[in-house]
Formats: sequence, structure tokens, C-alpha cells
Amino acid sequence: MKEDTSTVNILDKVTKGEDSENEIKMKIARLLSQLDLHLLNHYLKHISLEISLNPTSVKNDIEMLKNFSGKGEQTVLESISYTSDYEFSNGCRAPPWRQIHGEICYVLVKPHDVETLCVTCSAEGVFLNGGKTDNEGEINYERKGEIYKDLVTFLKEKSAKFSENMSKQEKRFSDEKEKKEPTNEPPEKEEAAPVQKALTGSGKRTLEKNQINFGKSQMTKRLEPSLSWKATVRFKEYRSLLRDPQEEKHRRRPERSGPPVKPGRAQLVRKSNEKIEEIISESSSESEEGEEPLDRQEANADLPSEYWQIQKLVKYLKGGNQTATVIALCSMKDFNLAQETCQLAIRDVGGLEVLINLLDTDEVKCKIGSLKILKEISHNPQIRRNIVDLGGLPVMVNTLDSPHKSLKCLAAETIANVAKFRRARQAVRRYGGITKLVALLDCGKSSAEPAQSSLYDARDVEVARCGALALWSCSKSYTNKEAIRKAGGIPLLARLLKTSHENMLIPVVGTLQECASEENYRAAIKAERIIENLVKNLNSENEQLQEHCAMAIYQCAEDKETRDLVRLHGGLKRLASLLDNTDNKERLAAVTGAIWKCSISKENVTKFREYKAIETLVGLLTDQPEEVLVNVVGALGECCQDYENRVLVRKCGGIPPLVNLLVGVNQALLVNVTKAVGACAVEPESMMIIDRLDGVRLLWSLLKNPHPEVKASAAWALCPCIQNTKDAGEMVRSFVGGLELVVNLLKSDNKEVLASVCAAITNIANDQENLAVITDRGVVPLLSKLANTNNDKLRRHLAEAISRCCMWGRNRVAFGEYKAVAPLVHYLKSDDPNVHRATAQALYQLSEDADNCVTIHENGAVKLLLDMVGSTDQDLQEAAAGCISNIRRLALATEKARYT
Amino acid sequence: MNYGISDNPRHVGLELGYLRTLQCVEATLDMDQKTLKKLVESISNTVKNFKKSEVECLVRLFHSLVERANVRLNNLGLDRNAFGAILHSVFGMTDDMLMNRVFFVFDKDHNNRINVKECVKGLSVFLRGTFEEKLKFCFEVYYLNGDGYICREEIFDMLKNSLHQQSSEENDEGIKELVDITLKKMDYDNDGKISFADFEKAVREERLLLEVFGPCLPEAKLCCPRHKSVNCL
Repeated sequence: MKEDTSTVNILDKVTKGEDSENEIKMKIARLLSQLDLHLLNHYLKHISLEISLNPTSVKNDIEMLKNFSGKGEQTVLESISYTSDYEFSNGCRAPPWRQIHGEICYVLVKPHDVETLCVTCSAEGVFLNGGKTDNEGEINYERKGEIYKDLVTFLKEKSAKFSENMSKQEKRFSDEKEKKEPTNEPPEKEEAAPVQKALTGSGKRTLEKNQINFGKSQMTKRLEPSLSWKATVRFKEYRSLLRDPQEEKHRRRPERSGPPVKPGRAQLVRKSNEKIEEIISESSSESEEGEEPLDRQEANADLPSEYWQIQKLVKYLKGGNQTATVIALCSMKDFNLAQETCQLAIRDVGGLEVLINLLDTDEVKCKIGSLKILKEISHNPQIRRNIVDLGGLPVMVNTLDSPHKSLKCLAAETIANVAKFRRARQAVRRYGGITKLVALLDCGKSSAEPAQSSLYDARDVEVARCGALALWSCSKSYTNKEAIRKAGGIPLLARLLKTSHENMLIPVVGTLQECASEENYRAAIKAERIIENLVKNLNSENEQLQEHCAMAIYQCAEDKETRDLVRLHGGLKRLASLLDNTDNKERLAAVTGAIWKCSISKENVTKFREYKAIETLVGLLTDQPEEVLVNVVGALGECCQDYENRVLVRKCGGIPPLVNLLVGVNQALLVNVTKAVGACAVEPESMMIIDRLDGVRLLWSLLKNPHPEVKASAAWALCPCIQNTKDAGEMVRSFVGGLELVVNLLKSDNKEVLASVCAAITNIANDQENLAVITDRGVVPLLSKLANTNNDKLRRHLAEAISRCCMWGRNRVAFGEYKAVAPLVHYLKSDDPNVHRATAQALYQLSEDADNCVTIHENGAVKLLLDMVGSTDQDLQEAAAGCISNIRRLALATEKARYT
Repeated sequence: MNYGISDNPRHVGLELGYLRTLQCVEATLDMDQKTLKKLVESISNTVKNFKKSEVECLVRLFHSLVERANVRLNNLGLDRNAFGAILHSVFGMTDDMLMNRVFFVFDKDHNNRINVKECVKGLSVFLRGTFEEKLKFCFEVYYLNGDGYICREEIFDMLKNSLHQQSSEENDEGIKELVDITLKKMDYDNDGKISFADFEKAVREERLLLEVFGPCLPEAKLCCPRHKSVNCL
């Protein structure tokens, strides 16, 4: 608010001046105020990153842990206590001469599985100190270990038992809570309610609850326990209510590290919580695969033998010279690193830190060894997160600059593994990784040999492959796609695409396919003549490569020129032949997707018919996963726009499976199925089959589907059904409540739904009896209400519906009364000839009523109509002329009446 | 594959090193140009990794080094200390024991002197060796007693300085375990010692194990653009 007024003040001052510089001054003033705001925001971001603990938060942590300590297997700790009972007025327990170092208090912690730890809690964080010295009460203040963000993090690192029990506690706790609360997730806002209650309620129990909630969410930093997303949301509300704002900011940071998310609605909640900037910077497709739930069975009290062996090796990594380190690394590599126990063991004994630190040294061999291990274990989602948390990405990104090709490769491959989730991808970009990775693609050129033949010798290919692999992972974020493009990645990818190294082509095509979701890329892909090579690689024998090529074509073929290019380069035949192999479902989905998008062009459809693809597609209508079905049905929907194909689909027995698919729940599939069924229904013979299979009823019931797209698509499909059924009127009436349903859909606010329903009403109203029913249901006022629209599609179908509905009773008059006539006249000014025709017909019908004639005339329709009489469209001519004649007749009649 | 050293005058490799020491070499070489030619000829016949011009440069270089090391000419050769100094200053080796071992491998005729042939031959493996040559070289460096095996004690000896900051007792314990780890990894036939076959198999599986018991080859970064490493001489 303040900012605003100050700006206004400045503006006021400026506007008082009268000379011509006014405008410039205004601009400067506005810029200044923007800058001001920007600086403030920036600064805020900055301070929000600084971490510091304060006495209250430490105290809360300790209290919370105390409540869950004691003897027995279920507690998180055996005991936890302060070293000093005296608390200073500022909440610290450290002696004053230590307080100046920022230390808050000292705690003795006895976990179940480790010896008593003497811990210092300071403003910087929590760390292990030298422990109690022999003479009573003295503490060796020296720092003996790393600094952790807070006590819980610290303990989780030090004691496996602690983290295990901690997660159990959480689970138990959340279970308890779930019992008490209405279990079925109330929407987000209601989530806050229990917390608020808890805050106002002063009972100790509720306090405890909040504390545990608090501690729990802090642990999302470590990402180990499986938290329900609810907990985190609740935590946030709690925090924002309880904490002072400054601390709130630094606390918020860890949350971004991602509460485990259930797909679906949980995602919505998460998104809404996150900064808008982040949301727009990421493409929607990634969140599902990125944030895998972090479930983990940690319940093994007796650790496997690998654990101890690995611990020993890590000791050598820490305390050995280069030789010992290399031996330890090689030996560690011999463990089955694909196994989760080993992966987690490496992490739990502190191996990740050491491995990452090794990357910072100059020892090439150590770096290679370390990356070889990191590359393997980073397949594990938890490890990925830990690597990012430990700052592994910047060092790996720097390693990309190394002159050693093998190091480059390993670093890129590891980045490819790690960058599977959003925060990692962001980090890669932020540390300049995208540019470096793009540069890797270029290494064939920069090598010493200029000879074209050896342009890509084996190791350069490997470097490029790894670079592409990493870019592939990174390209799942929108901002990274942009960064790749800006770094000049597309021409390089295009060049690599011309080579014939299958291993490398897969990540290259993968990256392109991922990026092709962006308009910019599609344009560039066209410009770089990439389609040609995609089609070429479609002919490869490698299934994965085929899949990604088809996927890329699928993405790009929204564009007509691209579709033509695919045809010109002979891609359609290959696509059609790939349909024969149905074992690899991913590939099949990609191939059918490409066929679907390609078949939007008529020429392509002809080709597909030539290649007998339609028959094959019909065969794929059964026993396929949904991803395939969506595309197959989509393709058939496009193909059936042609008469011959409709016949073909019917003859191949495609209609029964299509109608069967109408009962599904998948939105995308339903949209496509309704479209395909609608396309088939254009043909009377097919319509008979649909009717026999009760397809119309199924379509009609889809009007109740919650998704507007499905509704609209179903309504469109109903139109040909009604047109082509013999006893359409009878059939429609047989659907109990069906007409009411349709009329009520006119209350929708989706233009597409409205247009489709208007079209359906036009068809329904062909039957007098049905027209009477829908009139009773109030179709006239509803249609009239829609009249003020700019959407040409809606205008056309609305006008048609109105003209048809005029045929009953005093509907003509009613339309006039509901003021539908004047807006209709304005439709005549539209650019769309279809709108003109429909409108003229509607006006012709409406002009049968004298009052309407006056309105039409008053709104200046006559001139426009006169122009349309000259149109080449006969229907339009006729309707326009009819309308004019009605107006004219009325005028004559009035004149006559006046003079007689 | 071959980076020109003397073909291309701009790629000053050995020449530069040679020129730097020209003054002292000239005196010694003026008189035996012919001998030099012959020498180069004969060495070139046995050493395939260097071109003739490179061999010539190396020979001259050798002479200058010998000169610098103040050794009498008729007893041409580098002794252990002089050679160690070169390994240290040029190839960045630090471990005395390993440098000695490298010396012994270079010194084929075991006369405690490295003569010009041995030097060029050794360097050819050292700098340009194929994987197999290096494999053999490293193995020779690591086994001392000449029985063709690297035994437990030898490994212990070589690794004994590889841990930092520990009391000697702890250290011994740690090294012993490290030796066990190494043997477990490399001793495929379980005879408690590493044969060449074991060594070869292990290294082929994991290249990092080539210098498993300590660096005995020039650092990779020196090796990368090959002529540069020689240039440093």
C-alpha cells in the first residue's frame, strides 16, 4: 500500500508540470518505483536464505524430543538433557562467554545405538563438541564434526535407530490424527482448521502435537521418512500462524525440497503452496515422475554385512592418500551398487560427502572412481536428493570442464541421473550446467582432427552421448528447455542427429522430443530440418530409438507443415508398419500418437489407408493400455472424417469396440472416443450399429461427465446420431431426463460446451414433440441469455438453435421478449459466412413476428441483409430475402393501416 | 594419432628442451656427430613409439642431463639420485620408494646406471606406452624380488604410507586391512599373492587399478597433449 501511494505522489508532482517532458518524467518515475520494488523483493529473497537457529526453536526441538525419549524400543532416544539447568533470560543456557560465539546451549543425547553425544546448539546450527571433560561440568567447546541445520537432522545423521523410530512415531502419530479428523481429505483451506484449534486450545496434548508436527516437517529436509503431504501442509499453516515472519522464511526453504507427493490432487495442493515463479518455470509433465514418494523400509535393526564393509571403505576414503582412496573406490565399486542396501549404506556412513568432496580435488583417478560410484547409486531417488542437498551438483557441473573425456562423460551421466527432479534440474541450470552440457554436444567438432570421416571418433561420441543424456534429464523443465535453446543446443542436436550412433541418437531424440512441447522448439525443429532425420531414424532397428522418434513426431505434428514433411520423407509408411509389432507398449503408444497427429492432414489419411493402417488400428482397439487406446481412437476419429474410411472401420468391425470404450473414465480417451463415434455416426449404416449397441444412450450419459471437454465432445457426437437415426424423436424421448439434462447444459460457462449443446438442441428440435418438451424446460430464455457472445462458433450454432426453436408455439415472440433479437442482428457483421447463414435463417424465422421485425429493422439489419441477398450461398440468399420481405410486408401493412 | 614433434617447427617439443641446454651439449656432441647418428639409428630400430627425430632429441637431451648431473662421459648414465630428481621435477613423483623402483625397471642391465638406450626405451613406455606396455611396466615396478608375483609383504610395504594421521599401531592395522581389501579384489586365484595374470585381469576390468600401489607413471594431465610433457624437460 505504501509503495502505491508514494508512486502516486511522485506521479502527482510530475503531472503538475506542464511541459512536453512530462511523459518522460512520468516514465522515469514509474521505472524508479519499479526498481525500488524489485530491489526490496530481491533483498527479501536474500535474507530469507540465511539460516539461523534461535533459542526458542532449539528449546522446542529439545522439548519435543524429550517427550519421545525414554527406555524401550519405540522411543526415538534413550535420553536427552541439557548440561546446565540454568536458563538465561534470553533463553540461552550456554555461559555468556560462549554466547558471544552464538552458542545457545549444550545437550547430552543418548540414542539407542550410539554412545552419549555431547552436542552444541548454536545459531549457526548443531554440531558435536568435544564432550564433557573429566573435571565436573566442564565442556570441551571445540567443534568436532560438521554443522547440521538442526538437532533432528543431526541426530538422524548420527543414529540410524533414531531416524527409524522417528519415522515410526510420525506414522503412528498421523494415524492417530487421521482417526480423529474427518479422514477424507478436506480441501486445503479446511486443513488449517485443526491447527488453528490446536493453537487456541491450551491443552498440553495439543501443544505436543504441534511440536511433533514441527519436528516432523523439519525432517523433510533429510527426506528420509515417508511423510504424508498433509503433514507438511498443516505444518506450514501452523508455522505461518506461530512463528515470527523472519524465521518463517528460512524454514520455508527446506519444504521446497519437496514433501512426498501423491499424484493427483496432492499435486494441486503442493503447487498452490509453491512460489508462482517455480510453477511457471516447470512443465507440467514432470511433477509426477520427479517427486516419487520416498517410502523406505528402514526397519532393519541388524544391519547387513555390506554396511560394515562399506563403512570400512569410507574410512579409507576419508583417511587415505590417493593410492588408498583409489583402492577403496575400486573395491566399493565391486559392491552391488544397484542394490538399495548398499546405496543407503554408503550414504548412512557419510560416504556421499566424501565422494562429493573427492570431486573437488585435483586427483583425476579419485574423481573418476568417485563418479563411477555416484553414477550408479544416483539411480536411487533418495540418494539423488542427498547428492543435491550436499551440494554435489555444482562440483559435477565444474567437472564438465575437465580436459579428460572420461571424466566429462561420467560427470554428465551422473548429472543425467541426479537431475530427475525439479530442484536438481534447477540447480544444474543455476550453476551454468546447461551451457556446459550443450558444449559437450559440440566436442566432435572441437577435436583436433578436421577430417569429416573421423569427425566423431568413439570417445567424442561417448562425450556427446553423455551430454545429451544429461540434457534429456534436464529438459523436463520449461526453463531448462529455454536455456538449452539459448545455449545453441538445437543446431548441435540436429547435427548429432545426422550421425548413425544409435546409443547417442536415443538421448538426442529424447531431448528433442521432450523439448518439442514448446512452440519455439517446434519452429526450430522445422527450421533445422530435423523431421527428415527423425523419419530416417524411425527406420532404425532400435525400438527405443523408434519410440522416441515417433514421440517427437507426435509432438511436432500439431503443425501442418510438419505433417506434410513426415509424409514427404516417407515416414507414414514406416509408422504404419511399426503398428504390426504390439509387444512394446511404450513404442506402440508413441507410434499410434504420431499416426494420430499425422492423420489430421487429409493427404496423410489417404496414405494411411493405402498402407492398410486403418485396419490395423481397428485391431488395436481391444486389449491395449489406455495410452495406446487414446492415440488409436484419436487416429480413427481423424480418419473417419473420410467417407471411405468410415465404411472401412465399419467393415472391419471397429464400431462395437469403439462403443464399448464409451464406458471408460479416462478423460482424454473419452474425448477421442466420442469424436470417433460421432464421426462414424455420420454414416447411416454405422449409425444403425451404434444404435443397436445402445451407443447413443452412452453418449448421452457422458453429458454428465465432469470434464467440459468430454461433455462438449459427447454433445457434438450426438448431433450426427440424432440426424441419422430413423426414429430419432422417439429415441431421444426414451432417455429419461435426457432433454432436461441437455437444456441445463446451456448454463455451462464453457464456450465449446455451449456451442456443442446448441448444435445438439438444433437436432433435437427437429422433432416437434421434443421441441415442445425443451420449450417447457425453458430453452428459450437460456438460449436468449447466450446471445451476447463474440465466439463465432457459438454464434453459428446458437443462431441455428434459435431458428429451429422458433418453430414451436409462441417461441418467436418469446425470443423477442427475452431480447435475443438485437444481438443476433449484430452477428451479421461477423466475418464467418457460416454465422451469416445461420443468423439470416434465424432472423427470417424471428421476423415472422411483428415486434421482432421492428427490432430487426431498428438495429439496422436491412442494409446488411440486402448485401447478403447478393451472396452466392443460396440458403443465405433465401433467408436474407425472406427476412427482408417480412420486414417489408410489415411496413406495407402499417402504411396501409395508417391510410385506411 | 602422432603429434608431430620435430616435423612441424612450431610444435617445439624436444627441440626446445634441447635448445635450452644447447651450450653444454654442443661441446660433447660436436665430436661424435657420427656416433650420434648411429646411436639414434640403432635405438630407433628397437623403439617404435618415437620417431627418429624424436629419438635424436631424446638422445641429446639425455646427454645434457647427464652433463648436468655431472657424470663423466665415458661412463654415460644416470644414477639413481639424478634419475629420481628428474622423475620428481618433471613427472611430479614424490614417493622415493616408487622412484627407486621405477629406476630399477628402467635399468635393464642392473648396473645401477641408466644409459641412453635404457632411458629412451623406458621413456617410450613411460610417455607413449600402449596399455599393454604400461601394464607390464607397472607390474614390474610393483614386484621387487623378481619372483614374478607381488606378495602380501610387498603390498604392505608399498601401502604403508597411504593413511594420514594415525598412530603407528592404528596405521599398521589399517594398512593390513587395506592389503586384505586389495588382495580380495585382485588376487583372482586366491594364492595370497598377485601374479601378472591377476594384475592384468584386474586392470582390464578397472583401469584405475593400473597404478594401484602408488603412482609410477607420469600424471595423466601431463600425458594428455603428449609433446608437452617432453617439452618440460
